[in-house]
Amino acid sequence: MSNIQSQSAEKPQFYLEEDHHPEGSTNLGFWLYLMSDCLIFATLFATYAVLGRNYAAGPAPADLFDLKLVAINTAMLLFSSITYGFAMLQMERGAKQETLFWLTVTGLFGLAFLGIELYEFHHMIHEGATPQRSAFLSAFFTLVGTHGLHVTFGIIWLVTLMVQVSKHGLIAENRRRLMCLSMFWHFLDVVWIGVFSVVYLMGVVG
Amino acid sequence: MTTNSTSHEDAHEAHHAHSHGHEAGHGSFKSYVTGFILSVILTAIPFWLVMGDVLDSKVATVAAIMIIGAIQIVVHMIYFLHMNTKSEGGWTMMALIFTVIIVAIALVGSLWVMHHLNTNMMVMSPEMMKNLP
Repeated sequence: MSNIQSQSAEKPQFYLEEDHHPEGSTNLGFWLYLMSDCLIFATLFATYAVLGRNYAAGPAPADLFDLKLVAINTAMLLFSSITYGFAMLQMERGAKQETLFWLTVTGLFGLAFLGIELYEFHHMIHEGATPQRSAFLSAFFTLVGTHGLHVTFGIIWLVTLMVQVSKHGLIAENRRRLMCLSMFWHFLDVVWIGVFSVVYLMGVVG
Repeated sequence: MTTNSTSHEDAHEAHHAHSHGHEAGHGSFKSYVTGFILSVILTAIPFWLVMGDVLDSKVATVAAIMIIGAIQIVVHMIYFLHMNTKSEGGWTMMALIFTVIIVAIALVGSLWVMHHLNTNMMVMSPEMMKNLP
């Protein structure tokens, strides 16, 4: 609380209009953004579903995918989801250091996910399975790459918010921002369920 | 200015505490852990089915993957995204239902149209060409 009062002198103007826009409307607006993002992924999933078997005599999913790696990747994203949940619980308690700790853990799991995914992409491209090789690989790299880009921007957003929280504390604005990133992060985990089910598992089953 | 925004802050805190129940819930430790455990189980089963080559039928394996995946998405929606019919006066649920319908049309429609396109674009032999009306 003392932190909040010491900051209040330099509060930006938009803060004063806060009570005309209750926190709920931001949540709904952000939810609508997530739903439109969901449509982007739906079109990419549809593209993959249509083109996923057009190998052009190139490698098939069973030749390329290492399910152990995908399982580790899935675990990384799942762990990051629950650690973000713990960060939100600490935020509710108003515990700044604990919130920052769990956000750091979340970011590290996110980075591990990205690292494994980049390793997988690098390995595939090294073997000649580039996006240009076949319609299946174009659709694969677009779908999984778009998800990876979302995770990348999620991590950038996470670091930005960690700086904000460490500078200004858990003020109402930062709570709202953390809430939005929470929805974004869990949404990415939901999309990943679709990716590992449709692309990796069904691809290997054939 | 300072006192003004401080009292505003208090008012906002009170508003926040008051309206807590009406907003998208933040979940509890128990609900996050429940969701996590359910997710781990629902992730492990399809990976086990595929990596262990458990089921003989490919169709059964694919059906199991899809059903378990759908259940896991619902689990994430409830325990991690805190979806319910009451948040924002039901508008988040409305937006979700609308999105699910659009996604279903996009996915099923694409597959349906492209399947028929592929079926009707079979390579034609000269004999078939001759017999065309």
